[in-house]
Amino acid sequence: MDLITVSGPPSSGKTSILLRTIENFIKRNIKVGVVKFDCLFTDDDILFAKLGIPVKKGLSGSLCPDHYFVSNIEEVVEWGLKEKVDILITESAGLCNRCSPYIKEIKAVCVIDNLSGINTPKKIGPMLKSADIVVITKGDIVSQAEREVFTMKVQSVNPKATIMHVNGLNGQGAFELSTFIHNDQVHVETLEGRTLRYPMPAALCSYCLGETRIGKAHQMGNVRKIDLSDKNG
Amino acid sequence: MDKNILLQTKIGDLFVTHPYTKDFFTDHLIPYIGKENKTIEDFFKYLDLEIIEDKAINIELFINSLVEYIELMSTYFVSEKETKNTVTIYPGLHKNGTPENFDFIEITKGEIISIVGPTGSGKSRLLADIEWAANGDTPTKRKILINGRTLEPHERFSASNKLVAQLSQNMNFVMDLSVYDFLDLHASSRMVEDKEDMIKKIFDKANHLAGEQFSKDTPITELSGGQSRALMIADTAILSKSPIILIDEIENAGIDRKKALELLVSEDKIVLMSTHDPILALMGDKRIVIKNGGIDKIIITTKEERNILGKLEELDKTMMSMRNKLRHGEKIIFEEEL
Ligand SMILES: Nc1nc2c(ncn2[C@@H]2O[C@H](COP(=O)(O)OP(=O)(O)OP(=O)(O)O)[C@@H](O)[C@H]2O)c(=O)[nH]1
Ligand SMILES: Nc1ncnc2c1ncn2[C@@H]1O[C@H](COP(=O)(O)OP(=O)(O)OP(=O)(O)O)[C@@H](O)[C@H]1O
Ligand SMILES: [Mg+2]
Ligand SMILES: [Mg+2]
Ligand SMILES: [Zn+2]
Ligand SMILES: [Zn+2]
Repeated sequence: MDLITVSGPPSSGKTSILLRTIENFIKRNIKVGVVKFDCLFTDDDILFAKLGIPVKKGLSGSLCPDHYFVSNIEEVVEWGLKEKVDILITESAGLCNRCSPYIKEIKAVCVIDNLSGINTPKKIGPMLKSADIVVITKGDIVSQAEREVFTMKVQSVNPKATIMHVNGLNGQGAFELSTFIHNDQVHVETLEGRTLRYPMPAALCSYCLGETRIGKAHQMGNVRKIDLSDKNG
Repeated sequence: MDKNILLQTKIGDLFVTHPYTKDFFTDHLIPYIGKENKTIEDFFKYLDLEIIEDKAINIELFINSLVEYIELMSTYFVSEKETKNTVTIYPGLHKNGTPENFDFIEITKGEIISIVGPTGSGKSRLLADIEWAANGDTPTKRKILINGRTLEPHERFSASNKLVAQLSQNMNFVMDLSVYDFLDLHASSRMVEDKEDMIKKIFDKANHLAGEQFSKDTPITELSGGQSRALMIADTAILSKSPIILIDEIENAGIDRKKALELLVSEDKIVLMSTHDPILALMGDKRIVIKNGGIDKIIITTKEERNILGKLEELDKTMMSMRNKLRHGEKIIFEEEL
């Protein structure tokens, strides 16, 4: 199973581009599952479910959603394996500019939109800085010049990333993205012992204290667990 | 630049040899001010842990990114190794899997091609094939060659050397800037040398295209529809690096569409436009007709069609003048107008 972690500021177009991208996977008979991580509320699971794919959601409540993500990702991977999906995608609301859900050697995608302002790329920190692929959305409603300037700003914060322009409404670029984010040679069986790309600050749980290894053995303190029973989703 | 050499370089010296790196330090919230005489290695060695935590600095990632950034920017300065002169489309498949029926279509610099076809027929897919220089790996299985060759993956997906610039009537300016500051920002990001000349040229051309004049101090978000479109077209023609312009309709108000296309062509762009408007479609040298996902026909605009275009333009003028009369509260007398 290939694992892809997607993050990005609220309403940047994560779900829209994922829906268009997953449609392309479905056409190629690739089985996809999605888990949405958010803070207080999300309806994204309903949108994904409409594609007829397995989906779960987890709400972090008072915790930073990325802390919640890393406390649960190992179990989420087990769920994906149980569902026998070829690709497991996580969508995280990038609500915390200090954290990112990216794991070393796991494909990391950041979605950011052209409307968010030219200072956003430097404000959102690790979520953008350490992504492998940056998807820029909403290019259909701003000028060519603004797209070019915004792209430069993104590039100056993360020069290593592949930057792609995808239209979340009509799906232009989604086919190309689908060929990029998935690698059928990647087989994730467990995340036990893997590390985060970026340490998460501010103390709440073991990860707040600088832990980067994944798995129950390394967790202590205020760890909330996601509900992966069949009742959810 | 080699990483070890970079680490031994003084921050201030780096800013002199590679001026754009200063913004890079600023954008990454690196507190270099007052430390310009330190080497990069020493600067980070003695950087306060609290600051590192507070600014979310990842030193290793920063330094690797800096090396990449310098490499990336140097590709901007080697001025275009190769100018893009032709786009060649090799046939693929219709939606039902039957092959497209043509040998190849070659489009050259300065040509205007219209793309027509019913909703859902595959116009956008063709434009996307061109945008990403498809290599038999899209749903249509078409191949797109640039200057007679397939592009390498890094060329196809390079964000700084995008093949295609796009204009559509849904696009608006969103930045909170005056016309001058906006052009200045775009020119700076492109790192052109003769910035002031460029800005003046774009400003003049945009006013030449726009029905109503605007000043350099106007906030771009306050421009009328026609003025915005005029500025976008002039800016794209002159300042955008992309050799191909994809146009998705240009509305017929407040802008001289013929002059707009002439400007794009005079700047050596390849122009492709998807449109349902006969005036715009006939302004093309050729039009590609799409049906069931495939290219069905390629029609060269005939002399007769050009004549019809002249008549359509006259009709269009009549419509415009009637619109203006209505606007100014006058009565319209039909026979007299026609
Ligand atoms: N014009 C335009 N609108 C877009 C584009 N992509 C997304 N949108 C719109 O932006 C809004 C937010 O999109 P979502 O896909 O829900 O964004 P999200 O990042 O998943 O949002 P959260 O999960 O709530 O953080 C929706 O109204 C989309 O229709 C795009 O490329 N162009
Ligand atoms: N040759 C093809 N083979 C397979 N799928 C195709 C082909 N051409 C187009 N498609 C698919 O058909 C759908 C509709 O195509 P597209 O969006 O390009 O239509 P359009 O002409 O731009 O429509 P509109 O006028 O509504 O904008 C898309 O999902 C596209 O990927
Ligand atoms: Mg969403
Ligand atoms: Mg279309
Ligand atoms: Zn956080
Ligand atoms: Zn925590």
